[in-house]
Amino acid sequence: MQAKNVFISFLIGFIFWILLNNTLDPLILALGAGLSLILSLIFCSRCDVFSELKLTPQALFYTLMYLGVFFVELIKSNLDVARRVVTPSLPINPGIVEVKTRLKSKMGRMILANSITLTPGTLTIDIMEDTLYIHWIDVKTEDTQEATEHIVRKFEKYLEKIYG
Amino acid sequence: MNLLAIIGAVITLAGSIFLLLGSIGLLRMPDCYNRIQAGTKASTLGTILSFAGILLIMPGWWGKLLILIISVFITNPVSSHVLARASYRIRVPLTKATLLDKYQEDEEYIAVHEKKSDKT
Repeated sequence: MQAKNVFISFLIGFIFWILLNNTLDPLILALGAGLSLILSLIFCSRCDVFSELKLTPQALFYTLMYLGVFFVELIKSNLDVARRVVTPSLPINPGIVEVKTRLKSKMGRMILANSITLTPGTLTIDIMEDTLYIHWIDVKTEDTQEATEHIVRKFEKYLEKIYG
Repeated sequence: MNLLAIIGAVITLAGSIFLLLGSIGLLRMPDCYNRIQAGTKASTLGTILSFAGILLIMPGWWGKLLILIISVFITNPVSSHVLARASYRIRVPLTKATLLDKYQEDEEYIAVHEKKSDKT
């Protein structure tokens, strides 16, 4: 699946080039296309970062859904942290819990860990195979199963569709 | 000053309020890990809102601002995760209020596992 990796990294490089230049002049576009093709051939001819990504309309739809859910969670997490910070008694209840994920692909796990870091009161400390260690600012349950339900599920169901 | 610029200014103000709350959090939280928590979340939304506000004031900069927003979105959680992991590995103590620490219980398993993955 090398062609797919090169193609996706080419696409990312090219889109960044267009955004940075902010123009549709054919000469500049051609230069950007050439440069991103060369760079993606050099750096991504052997990488397998994107090979698990599915390029179907369904995956695209779930990506958009995921971004929506994610943004709502981000705002919720900010209001939550803000509330804790301004409350004089500092209501925190921290602890490190362990959760399991069903995701198999590396990329999916990375995105899951990043999403967990950005959502209410949770911070990924380490990831070991399918186990994530999470610092939780307000521990509600010590049980691995329940913590998984609480933290991971809402993202996992979308990421599963995108990365399998 | 047109309407768009005013809306942009309000959004930028909201972003800076989140950044301010995040910095207060950095001062008030008891240990390193809770500080990272307060820092990451507030700075992500604060920065994104500030950029979104600038986007409304200066629509011509949309491409570069979009790149900035994407970079903040991707790099912020990664860097805070690495900070937290590194501080745990050099044994920065958790606050006394900490309820449980599953990571420590599993430390032997992790050490064995890392040796295994180093060899392969």
